[in-house]
Amino acid sequence: MRYAMVIDTLKCVGCSDCVVACQTENNVPIGYCRDWITETVDGTYPNIVLELKSERCNHCDNAPCVRCCPTGASHIVEGGIVLVTANECIGCGACIESCPYDARYQHPDGYVDKCTFCHHRLQKGQLPACVSVCPTKCMYFGDLDNPNSEVSQLLKNRKHKTLAPEAGTNPHVFYLI
Amino acid sequence: MQEELFTSGRNIPNIDPSLQIWHWPISLYLFLGGLAAGILFFAALFYILNKEKTYPTAVKIISVVPPIALSLGLLALVYDLNHKLYTWQLYTTFRIESPMSWGAWVLLIVTPLSFIWTFSYYREVYPGLESKLKLFQKFKFLNTFEHFIIKNRRHIAYALIPLALILGVYTGILLSAFNARPLWNNAILGPLFLTSGLSTGAAAIILLSKNTAERHLFGKIDLALIVIELALIAHMLMGYYAGSQVQLEAMQLLVGGDFTVMFFGFVVILGLIVPAVLELMELKGYKVPVIVPAMLVLIGGLIFRFVMVEAGQLTRFLY
Repeated sequence: MRYAMVIDTLKCVGCSDCVVACQTENNVPIGYCRDWITETVDGTYPNIVLELKSERCNHCDNAPCVRCCPTGASHIVEGGIVLVTANECIGCGACIESCPYDARYQHPDGYVDKCTFCHHRLQKGQLPACVSVCPTKCMYFGDLDNPNSEVSQLLKNRKHKTLAPEAGTNPHVFYLI
Repeated sequence: MQEELFTSGRNIPNIDPSLQIWHWPISLYLFLGGLAAGILFFAALFYILNKEKTYPTAVKIISVVPPIALSLGLLALVYDLNHKLYTWQLYTTFRIESPMSWGAWVLLIVTPLSFIWTFSYYREVYPGLESKLKLFQKFKFLNTFEHFIIKNRRHIAYALIPLALILGVYTGILLSAFNARPLWNNAILGPLFLTSGLSTGAAAIILLSKNTAERHLFGKIDLALIVIELALIAHMLMGYYAGSQVQLEAMQLLVGGDFTVMFFGFVVILGLIVPAVLELMELKGYKVPVIVPAMLVLIGGLIFRFVMVEAGQLTRFLY
């Protein structure tokens, strides 16, 4: 099993509902966020392209944060989800330095925190909070190892990209373009 | 032209707009760790070469510096941790891929060894202090312990050489292991930090030495190390020049950017070239107050660590 998220940049309107849903679901401290929206404007007027993206931890296959963690607090669980065990984390910040996506932050309680793909919801058979609330339904979540899953089909049929593939991380959040 | 902004209003403390995760304690530690590694390397090396009597500062007198430097460095490291009460988790595992894990374990071995090394010379170097404190009279087991250490000094020295080298290299690899920070992500940083650490170690020995022959020898060693360090810095910059866009942008911080004055002015010129010239002049017989080049090397080494840690965190992948 390999979990992946697919986000349709052509359908995203940048409403930030996913951000708020995550903050609520995961009790993210005020002033922090595990996911965020970027608006990229490319080109010069009148030839401009606008792209809206909901970004988060990419749950990389080759995760630099897991590699550099000195205690093993950062680890990969079944389905390829990268998690942090709070009471093994010493708060050294090495994983934050190592993340090309700046997806991790120091929780006010000291340990490092990040997107979990809502691991606790997946165990109950629910979708991640951000995916479940998206009003334009531009976010998809599923198993990449299953060729019939919605995410596999979308990636098979649609043009897509990942963020900073040159960082060699093999990210698992895909953007349809 | 491309413009990207966070429309969801992301402004996470210490992350946005650029990382501020590692602060001055890390830079200070990288300097102190390198310094201790350099001093311990020379102490062990000259002990093994049986030059204990010829170069007493390098082997005996300066041995008080590494334990202090390592203790302060460790305090600084722990001070910069955010989840301090869980620091012990470092020692529940060894992770071969994590430079920090290597560092934690090496420090756990090197720090006590540096204390033991100092202790083995305590009565010899500080007879006055001992006659006041009378530690050896109060605690009889110290005699047995000292005897045991002195008997095994050679073994300790053989262990210290590789450990000091790992410690010195690790201060650089700690940074270079992060491909997300293009300024740090080059293979030369490990050797560069090791050379800089050895050079500051030699400078510290020069600073404390009262023996002309010893000062001259370490002047020569330091000179050679400075030349190597300059070559490694040139290699590092060449690597950025030949690198990808993110590395070119990272390099601009050092060459024609915010850190140019600090890097070229204080590190390269005042911290390396000027002391090299002064040390060369001293070797040629000119009268140069020995404190000047030695202090320049030490301060240059410290500023170098600050520049690399601060500037590296400003660099990132763009996508």
